[in-house]
Amino acid sequence: MKTQHIALLGGGLLVLVFVIATSLYNDQREVEMGEAASRPSSPLERDYAQSLGPADAKVVLVEFFDPACETCRVFYGHVKTLLAENPDKVRLVLRYAPFHHGADQMALMLEAARKQGKYWEALEVMYQTQPQWASHHRPQPEKVWAFLAAGGVNVDTLRRDMKNPDLMAIVNQDIADAKTLGVSKTPQFFVNGKPLMSFGYRQLKAMLDAEVAAQY
Amino acid sequence: MNEATPSPSRHWKILFAAWLFVSAASLGSLFFSEVMELPPCSLCWVQRVFMFPLAIILLIGLFPFDGSVVKYALPLSLGGLAVAFYHTLLQVGLIPETAAPCRQGVSCTEAQFELFGFFSIPMLSLIVFSIVSTLLMALKRSSSR
Repeated sequence: MKTQHIALLGGGLLVLVFVIATSLYNDQREVEMGEAASRPSSPLERDYAQSLGPADAKVVLVEFFDPACETCRVFYGHVKTLLAENPDKVRLVLRYAPFHHGADQMALMLEAARKQGKYWEALEVMYQTQPQWASHHRPQPEKVWAFLAAGGVNVDTLRRDMKNPDLMAIVNQDIADAKTLGVSKTPQFFVNGKPLMSFGYRQLKAMLDAEVAAQY
Repeated sequence: MNEATPSPSRHWKILFAAWLFVSAASLGSLFFSEVMELPPCSLCWVQRVFMFPLAIILLIGLFPFDGSVVKYALPLSLGGLAVAFYHTLLQVGLIPETAAPCRQGVSCTEAQFELFGFFSIPMLSLIVFSIVSTLLMALKRSSSR
């Protein structure tokens, strides 16, 4: 056997093992995440969680997000498009997974804005101004306050509400649920309890469209 | 000329074995970080700096066979061995954690993964660097004779 052939065979085998192991690992992970999300006492949805869309929608899209995450910012527009494409059929449930250091403050801020009935306004302001307050992966809450005030949020009330233990409990519960479900990246989507494993807008759209077609 | 003979020389086989170990370890390391998404700690990164180039230069040394590759590969392998040894001692607790150079970010002492419930990632690294260093030193000795 020529040396070139031996090396090709050896290298090829190594790569093959790598590819097979990757595929097996990802399959296993998908099964585990799906099982955690579909248990009867699933922590995927909580009654307190902010949602958008009809309560009787047969398709529920759960998104674990981080207000300081750039990809979540980009996907917010995509998700709105998907909701508009499927009116009355899809309900969006937002859950927090503030993985960026300090981003739990932003989640608290959103919950405090919700008490004023300004959740979606605050979320949009946060995403729009994200490059200014979350640059270099270091979210700065004090910068967000000014933007929120311009967006019509009462910041004094907001800052007081951010110390409310009930709101902190919501954020902490979301963080705990994300951990239970094996959410390790944001945004992490679940369509009717099934995790989106191959990440991307097209994949999300395909999964959602398939579920809508199956349910309606 | 060794590479002209039909069956690979003993020297070639030793180098090839070293390359196989290093390549398997490099792919394994990428599997941990990219597939399992375990974030590499700072000491892991230093070991990668020694490990990844070995996979490339050993392959270059194989075609055509060039024994002088040992001169470039052995320092990398020994450097990786030293870091892996330190990291392993740190992880099993023989060096107190306060002496750890990495306090921020990912902990170098917390085992994120254990093969067969025993071999941590730094131990696997130590094993591979030991084998490869031994093979390269054997190659060096027998070619200098």
